[in-house]
Formats: sequence, C-alpha cells, structure tokens
Amino acid sequence: MNHKKNDFQFPKIVQTPDRFRNPIGKYTIRRNARCVSCGLCAELCPYGVHPRYDDYSKPLRPLDYRCIGFKCKENDFFCIDRCPEQALTLRRNPILDTLGDYRWTAEMLIGHWEMAETGNLPVVDVEYSLGNSGGGFDKIRFKTPEPGDYLNVNDEDMDTSIHLNKRCDGRPEKTISIPCYGGGMSYGSTALSVMVARAHAATRLNTLTCTGEGGYPQELLPYSEHVITQIATGLFGVREETILYSPMVEFKYAQGAKPGLGGHLLGDKVTPEVAAMRETVAGNALFSPFPFHSVYSVEDHKKHVDWVKEINPNVLVSVKVSTPTDVDMVAVGSYYAGAHVVHLDGSYGGTGAAPDIAKKNIAMPIEYAIPKVHKFLKDEGVREKVCLIASGGIRNAMDVAKAIALGADGAVIGTAELVALECVRCGHCESGRGCARGIASTDPELGVMITEDWATQRIVNMYIAWCKQWCEILRQYGLKSIKELVGRSDLLIHLDYLDEEERSTYQPAPEAELII
Amino acid sequence: MPKKYHIPIKTAEPRYHPIGKYATVEFREDCAGSCKECVKKKCIYGIFGDNYKHASTMSEPEYLYTCQSCFRCVQECTKGIFSRVINPEYRTLGDEYWKSDIIHRLWFQAHTGKIPVSGAGYRGPFVAAGFDSMWTDMSEIVRPTRDGIHGREYISTCFEISRRVTPLKFNADLSLASDVPPILELPIPLLFQLPETLILNEQILLSAARAAQILGTLMLILPQDYTESLHPYANSLIPCFTSKSYKDYKRIILKSPAVELEDDPNIEKTITEIREIKPDIFIIVGIPLDATAASRALDLSYFDVDTLHFYADEHGKELNTEHPAFLKEMIREIHLKLVDHFVRQKINLVFSGGIAMAEHMAKSIICGADGVIVDMPLLIALECRLCYNCRNGLPCPAKIDHPINPEWGSQRIINLIGAWHNQLIEVMGAMGIREVRRLRGEVGRSMWFEDLEMESFGPVFGKRKIAGIK
Repeated sequence: MNHKKNDFQFPKIVQTPDRFRNPIGKYTIRRNARCVSCGLCAELCPYGVHPRYDDYSKPLRPLDYRCIGFKCKENDFFCIDRCPEQALTLRRNPILDTLGDYRWTAEMLIGHWEMAETGNLPVVDVEYSLGNSGGGFDKIRFKTPEPGDYLNVNDEDMDTSIHLNKRCDGRPEKTISIPCYGGGMSYGSTALSVMVARAHAATRLNTLTCTGEGGYPQELLPYSEHVITQIATGLFGVREETILYSPMVEFKYAQGAKPGLGGHLLGDKVTPEVAAMRETVAGNALFSPFPFHSVYSVEDHKKHVDWVKEINPNVLVSVKVSTPTDVDMVAVGSYYAGAHVVHLDGSYGGTGAAPDIAKKNIAMPIEYAIPKVHKFLKDEGVREKVCLIASGGIRNAMDVAKAIALGADGAVIGTAELVALECVRCGHCESGRGCARGIASTDPELGVMITEDWATQRIVNMYIAWCKQWCEILRQYGLKSIKELVGRSDLLIHLDYLDEEERSTYQPAPEAELII
Repeated sequence: MPKKYHIPIKTAEPRYHPIGKYATVEFREDCAGSCKECVKKKCIYGIFGDNYKHASTMSEPEYLYTCQSCFRCVQECTKGIFSRVINPEYRTLGDEYWKSDIIHRLWFQAHTGKIPVSGAGYRGPFVAAGFDSMWTDMSEIVRPTRDGIHGREYISTCFEISRRVTPLKFNADLSLASDVPPILELPIPLLFQLPETLILNEQILLSAARAAQILGTLMLILPQDYTESLHPYANSLIPCFTSKSYKDYKRIILKSPAVELEDDPNIEKTITEIREIKPDIFIIVGIPLDATAASRALDLSYFDVDTLHFYADEHGKELNTEHPAFLKEMIREIHLKLVDHFVRQKINLVFSGGIAMAEHMAKSIICGADGVIVDMPLLIALECRLCYNCRNGLPCPAKIDHPINPEWGSQRIINLIGAWHNQLIEVMGAMGIREVRRLRGEVGRSMWFEDLEMESFGPVFGKRKIAGIK
C-alpha cells in the first residue's frame, strides 16, 4: 500500500486490546471444576485463549474472545478434545442474540473489534463483510474472479490513494492515502479525546476527518492539515480562521440520518465549553435549521462556495447532500457551482441521534444513489472532473469497495470508526449522560473513559486491516490501484439479478430473523 | 393570528413495567458474593436499583425493563459471571405484523409523548413487505417545488371528512351558484376506532372518547357501546349503524356530527332517510377492503356520501381472498380508480387495519388516502401486549379488563397521537410539503423499491430475476 506523495508509509500496527475486562467474542469457553490446572491448554493454544503465568499455577478464566471456535477441531491443539480432564466446553456465545442488528450484525461488530485490536483481518470465523439486511450491499457480491487475472504483487506495491481535486482549477491537488475519510461528528457529540484521536489517526493515515457542526476546538490544530471544517445551517463555530485552517471545507446541506430535518442539541448538552465553542449561551437548546436559509437555488449555493473560496484560496470545497429522488440533479448542480467533492449521504447511516422515522423512511439508501449519480455525471460529461464520495450505511471495507465499483471515488466513514472504539450500537448516544461506553459523551465521568492514544491506534489498526482487504480485491481482478476500480460495476453481481443456478455459486445473503 | 393546534402532552407513567427486551443470565457459582466492584451497583442507568425485589429473592432470570444495552455490566464484571439473553416474554409480544419493537415504541410514545430517537443509524432490514418497501422523499437545496422555508408550526395537518362539490358554479354576477355542503375539518388526519375483538369496556371507551375530544378528532363507536357516560363526548363520536339499526338510535343521530353506515345495496335510501333526521350530518360508509372495493368506491362516489371507510384486516391485508394484497396497493387502486373517473375530489377516503406506526399514516396518505383510522395502537397505548389472552377467555396480564382511570388512559392516547403528529410533521417538513391535503396521492414525494431497483440497479445488473421482496 503506497501513496506517491512524500513517500508516505502506512503507520505500524500496534496491538491495542479491549478497554474492558471481558471482551465479547463469538464463542465462550467454560472451565469446570474438574480442571486440575495441568496447564496443557495454555501450552497448546496458539491464540492465547488460556492465559497462564509462570509463578501462578491456578487456572485463569479463558480469554474466549480469541477462540477460533469449532473450526479448531481439525487442529491437533484443539483444547476441548485434548483436555485430559474434559474440563472445557466450547459454545457459540449466547449473548450474540442480544448484540447487533440487521445492518451491523453481532459478527460484524466482533470482526471490527478484532481488526481494531490487531490491525489484521479476523482469524475468528466471523462474517464481517456482510450484514443481515437482505438488500443493497448485503446482496451485492464481487464476481468470481478469473484465476488468470490475479496480480501477484505485495500490498506495499498497491495504490489505495484517491484524488480529491480533479477540477484542475489551480487549487492544491489533494491526495489521501486511503479511499476513505472520517465523517463529521461535532464537538460535544463525542468525547474530546475521541475527536482528537480521529484527527490524529487521519493524520497518521494521511487522510481527513471532519469537525462536524460544533466548531473547531484548538486541540485539533496540530492536525489541521487533515481536518475538514464543516459549514452547516446553524453556522456554529464557523469563523474566518476555521476556514483558513482547513484543506477542505464541507457544506452540509443535509445528512443521511435525518434528511430534510434540522438538528437539535438539547439544552443539557450545551455545557459551558460547548456554548463557548458555538458562541451561544450555556444550557440553551440549539437548533440547526433545515435548509440553509440563505440558499434557495443553485446560484445561491454558488455564492456560498465562492465566499469560502475567496476567504481561503487554497481550500477545496465539498458539498454534502442527502439522497432524494433528484439526487443526480443536485450533484451536477453542486459540481457546476464549483464543488471539488460531491458527498452523497445515504439514508441508512449516520452516527448521531435522529428520529427513528427519519432514519428508516426518508430518502433513498446509498446503494441506489451511487450508480444513479455516477451515470448522470458521466452523461453530463463531468464525471472525471469531480470526486464523488459516498457515505451513510457503508459499514466495512467490502462495502467501500462495492461503493467504488458502483461509481464512487471513495467513502466517508463514521460508524465503523466508533465501532473500532468499541461502540456496541446500543443507539443511546443522546440519552441522559450520553454514551455509557464513553465514546459519544462529554460527561465528566464517562467522557474521560477513552485515551487519545488508545483511540488513535484502534482507528489506525482498523483501516490498515481494511487496506489489506482492498488490496486482495484489487489483486484478484488484476488491478493495481483502487482508482481503477471506480465505476467497474461489471465486476459486481446482485444475487436477485442472477438465475438460480448462478446464484447458488455465490455466498447467500444471511437471513436470520432478529429481535431488534 | 389564528389559534395554533396544540396537543397537550404530559408524561403518563405505565402502571406495570413494560416488558423489557433483555434478561440477565448469571453464572453465580463463580460470583464472589459481596463484591465491592459489583457492576449492578455501578450501572450508569441504575437499572438494577429498580429490581430490588429480585435482589432479595435471587430468582432467575432477572428481567431488565429499562436496560439500554450498553454491555458494560457484561464486560466489567470482575468474575465474568454476567451474560444476557432476550427476555422470552419480549419475544412473545404481538405477532408477525405487530412486532415487539413496534409495541415497545408505541408504549414509549404513550408514556412520554416523545418521538422515538436513537443514534447510530438505521438498524432494520434493507426492505420489507408492506409499507417498508417505500421511502419518503426529501427536498434538497435546489428544488423549486419546495413550499418555501417555513418553520414546522406552519405545516398544516388538517383534513376534511366532508364531501365537496366540483366544479363550483357561479352566477353571472360572480356570486356562488353551487349549493356548497357543510365542511367538517379535523386537525389531524386520523380517526379512532377501538378494536372490537380485544378488550372493550366503559373506561376504555371513555379514555378514547376523551382523547378524541381533546385532540379534536372523532371516534367510531358501535351504538351498543354508546352508553350514557359517553354522551358528554357526543360531538366527538361517530356511531356506526346498519341500514336497519339506525332507526332505533334517532336520539344519538341527532347528537352526532357524523354517522357511519355499513355498506349495502340500499345504502342510497338509508342516506336519504338519515339526512331527513339530521340534514347537515356527515355520512361515512364502511366498506370491506376486498376485490370489489375500488368499483364500489366509484359507485358510492356518485351518491351523497362524505367519506368512504375501507377496513382491512388487523395486518392491513385485503379481505375475502386467499392471496390478499396489502393496504398500500389497495389504497393506490381505489385512489386511482376515482382519479381516472374525475371524482376523487368529491369524496374522502379513510382506511383502517394495520396502521401501526406514524410512518404508516404518512405513507397511506402518499398512496392516496385522505386519512387513516387508528385502532390497535389505542389499546397498546393502554399497555395492551397483544397477547390475545382475552380472545381465549384468559385474564389480561396488563389488567386492562379491570377499571382504569379514563384520565390516565386518555393522556396515554393523547401522548401517542402527539408523537405521531410530530413525526408526520417531520416527514412532511423533509418533503417540503406544507399541507397534509397536498400530500394525498403525491407519490412523486416517495420512492418505491421496485422503481429504485429498476432505475438504479437495472442499468448495472440487468433484469431482476426474483419477483417481489425476498
């Protein structure tokens, strides 16, 4: 995995274990009273499931989240069979029934926690690339590759970078080393350490992250070359200097989680720090109206873009829109108004709190919007001049690759970064004191549960694991750069569009009935 | 300035713990017993504090009514004795249509009056049968058809159940020549009808009637249920009659703003006779939603009828057929039939059966309904678990069959409808629609699964080989 500019090298993987005492895994191993602490299991297991210290002979609780499960049976180190006292039992962890949902299944969560810990693709047999939603990305597969197409090159020689400025308008050519950057999460919506860690990780990965609408805390300044300033309808924290800091400014016209709705920050969340950042009064609820009250037309939108370009002659402009029926028209209008990046935010994604009715029902899923916009921009003859970024329901490396093959240049990632920090997707980001796991909370106790170093490395690890998956996909089709994958929908199939015989040659879509 | 429509929401605590989604499983043989670090004491939501009785009896499993699913107890227990399962009782809530999460959300709305809000994106299936195979549109920055930029307080959710004369005729002096019938406008596009096949007693009727009155809507009621205690709410009640039964209830007809008549071949004569009793009464005709519904709607549109009420089964399915269509498709068929014959403007259409969530109301209207009738959710607001024990002669676990306080009951219903009203405004605001009347039949503000598949995926993947949703 390389990136031509400044001989960028990907950061090193550092093992970054779970913060909690009992990590959740796919399997559980129970040790019963028959155990005589002979230590054989500890000697046998290469995955470190059975910890044992030289100066402590009593049996310890197995680290069962590392267990590779029943497939280990074929190994001669399978502890269950080898235990002389038959003191060990292996089961699928029953807690999986209570974890995850149709889109982010329990196995996808566990797989991402493992990637964030190890920087490698999971060794445990979890399905981390397909969800259970029964449509969209979960029914799209890459075609079975021709063996002759395989490109036998190392990851180091593959190119996963993308260009953000294709307009050739004299503004800087900005290249990011992975086809993803971080989505906007505002100051106050996540713990400050999380916000800074995301920027730090973006810097180490030579990509970007976004401030969200809550302003630009000074703690981000060391990473300013990799931080997008977001301008949203409330204009909170938008000042001349925050536009000057930034390599790219993002106009957020709408967001996938609540398309067409305004934002509402409850009064309790407007702490003195948040209020200072947003230049408002502490304790007062804040509204981000919908839509921009100064934009009635694409000409008004151009006025916005020109204004930002005038303030900062080196800045790139991204326009973030949601996915209505006429998303193709909106995209082309944004391009003609001067946008370098058109960012489509699909309806099923989002990290922040939003009405359930909006998340489920308003606007189209991103899978439909990408090919629609890609085709329209091509027909208009401008596809090569704009960077098309997709987000909203893009959960894993395979989804990113599918989105690119459908026509996007890259993706914006929010939820997966939080999952890397051990988000369990309980969905209670906004209630009471905020996130119980310390990710999306500024509570004096909860908001300090995460350290910046830990969070940075977990995010870095996850993206490095993703890169390995992208490189493998590219190699299979004889491609050397992820840029060559853009719009290669000929490499994709959709299970519902195949004859039964051909369909049976592909991995079926998971179909478990879940209680959500 | 005209008075703004306001729904008086006030927290109405449930009488019983709502069935929680989770239960704990504890492997107590490993428990230290009196651990100072016990995660139960540290729960940031304090949910175990509420379960003090369980702590003393140590019975298993422990149901977690208010667990927010953060997993910290599971992950932080010093001995790792904690695990969780789905509460088996939660699994038994409702049925394949009225799913446990729908019931849970209805309880939440009836309790708090708030819109269900959560973080971390959508968590359900990509697409599903019925209303879940369509999405509502939103209005982006550059759409000229947007109504303009208005606050949500300017969005009107009023609809009419009164007939209209089309077109209006004028005299040479431009005075109105047409005889314009009276207008009955309701502030929200829904009516009430308590389900007959579940528990129905006087307190429940009083709760719903009181809620209807406060909300400014109307409730359909059978004449035998119309007891003396309901007379103070007569202005909010629509008695339902057959062509024979109405004759016994002239007193009620005189007090009522509208009546519903069961459809039959002599309906025109009955309508005339009822108008003789009360000339300005509004007449609704109740029709089963079956294969003949669209043609019957067309026939009735030529009569002096205000509104047609089509009733599907509890799951929103067509009646009297082996392969029933869903409400969504049936609404389209009836609406378009009337549009094709230029009579849609004359008459109003309301639908009942399977309206389970606020989005169903919005989507029904997009498909072509003027409004909907809410039935089961009224009882769910009163803590019904849809266990159907009552149908089998068994006692109600939520004791709805015992006297309930109508004030509490009506507040629960008001809260639920308040949350639905807010959600309707949210989706209308997103669509850029300022009046619910303009949303009727406006399929341009929706996106349908089949269309999106064809438009977006067709050019990429070719022809779809699987029909329908699978």
